[in-house]
Amino acid sequence: MASWWNRSERLRSVLMVLVAMLVIWEALCWALKIRPFILPAPSLVLKDFVSAPAYFLKHSGYTLLITSVGFIVAVILGVTCAVGIVYSKFLDRILSAMLVSLNAVPKVALAPLFVIWLGTGTEPKIAISIMIAIFPIVIDTVLGLKSVDPEMVNLAKSCRASTLKILLKIRFPNALPSIFAGMKVAISFSLVGAIVGEFVAGSIGLGHIILLSQGNFDTPRVFVALTLLALLGTILFYLVDVAESLLLPWHVSQRSVHGDAPVVQGGL
Amino acid sequence: MASQEKYIRIDRLDKTYASPRGPVKALEGITLDIAEHEFVSVLGPSGCGKSTLLKCLAALEGISGGSISIGGVPVAGPPDKMGIVFQRDVLLDWRTILDNVLITAEFRNLSRAQYEPRAMQLLKLFGLEEFANRFPWELSGGMRQRASICRALLVDPELLLMDEPFGALDAMTRDELNLELQRMWTENRKTVLFITHSITEAVYLSDRVVMMSRNPGRIAEVITIDLPRPRALSVRETPEFGRYMAHIRGIFTDMGILKDG
Repeated sequence: MASWWNRSERLRSVLMVLVAMLVIWEALCWALKIRPFILPAPSLVLKDFVSAPAYFLKHSGYTLLITSVGFIVAVILGVTCAVGIVYSKFLDRILSAMLVSLNAVPKVALAPLFVIWLGTGTEPKIAISIMIAIFPIVIDTVLGLKSVDPEMVNLAKSCRASTLKILLKIRFPNALPSIFAGMKVAISFSLVGAIVGEFVAGSIGLGHIILLSQGNFDTPRVFVALTLLALLGTILFYLVDVAESLLLPWHVSQRSVHGDAPVVQGGL
Repeated sequence: MASQEKYIRIDRLDKTYASPRGPVKALEGITLDIAEHEFVSVLGPSGCGKSTLLKCLAALEGISGGSISIGGVPVAGPPDKMGIVFQRDVLLDWRTILDNVLITAEFRNLSRAQYEPRAMQLLKLFGLEEFANRFPWELSGGMRQRASICRALLVDPELLLMDEPFGALDAMTRDELNLELQRMWTENRKTVLFITHSITEAVYLSDRVVMMSRNPGRIAEVITIDLPRPRALSVRETPEFGRYMAHIRGIFTDMGILKDG
């Protein structure tokens, strides 16, 4: 129990700050008599959620689906592009030029175009999510694949290892920490993409709820959707974080987490 | 030496690098024969091209002129029965020590299971068997370099190339590894090409010491070390050892590489 108390210190301090902020918010709303459609008190937001939990969960589930599919496809496509960029001068020129110019355009501005191309269903939303999330993945994966010790590659070559073996046994595992760094940025970006997609078209998802409630001046409902979005984003980020610490126990950034492995002393 | 069959023949080897300021001659007219089961050190100041020589021999670098043959066959790609140890141990952080040792079998598409007993035997030989399932970052620098030697020896190579393998270690660890390497070599007599900038290390370990000068890298002199084996570390305090050291130091002083007083 005591050890749990110590280990959860960070979590406890975060929760304490959150609760304190909610209490101040609630108190200010009542004390200053702020009208709910300007800024609803937390209790009103909670009340609105409790009035129709199934409705909110359905829409959250849809946004979660768009975000996850967008993220997963972005990771697969992004890593594939990065391998192409690292291994082929030709692909490097083509893909890098394309990605850089595409990245220069505010991608939100492209969202209406996707509706024209793909309609108002799930597809354009996933496409926007992928488009926004793919950049950090490509950039970080390229960096990771390139920053391998040339002496390690020499060792592999001296054993006549194939290019594929060098990729799978050295470059790719070596790039995993960078890939995860890119994925942590991308998971938030794919949520942004999902919301942008829901803003532009369709009648489902948390983005749609926000737009609809705004039209009805139903500010508490806007806040319910925002809170659910914040929760979703946080949970997704920590899922990537947990996956990283499970998959990369060997990486420098994770060693203090698995602090039960001291450096062997003595014995030269 | 002349009567022995020459295992490695390096004949008038040139190596020129392209650089932004024009071509740079790294090696010029290197001619050197190495017999099978011979321990040869290449000794020289930094920048004399000794590591380049090793990389040319391993076919990790192309050559600009001359020829290299190993076992009578001109070197076209990395030789089959060769192991390499670098100055940095380049162990993979995500693999245990045992898996790191086995990687040279995996690179060669050899069966892991078949080589695992040999890997354990090598780790035992170097006093690492209890660390087989530890990760590299849990080990000291000396232990890591021992593991990288095991990795090079895994497929039982005929030729062992060592590129300043103990250069990054502290003096005491270095002594210990010198002793272990010498003991190992006395048992299995592999052909070894050992790159170093330590005169003591070169004399202690070698049958012959190849001294190199720089700009461009040339062979200055080849000295045969005629000290009885196995050699204890204390051989370094004997007058004969001192004479070899003084001789080598004298040549480097004459070349202007070392200063005396």
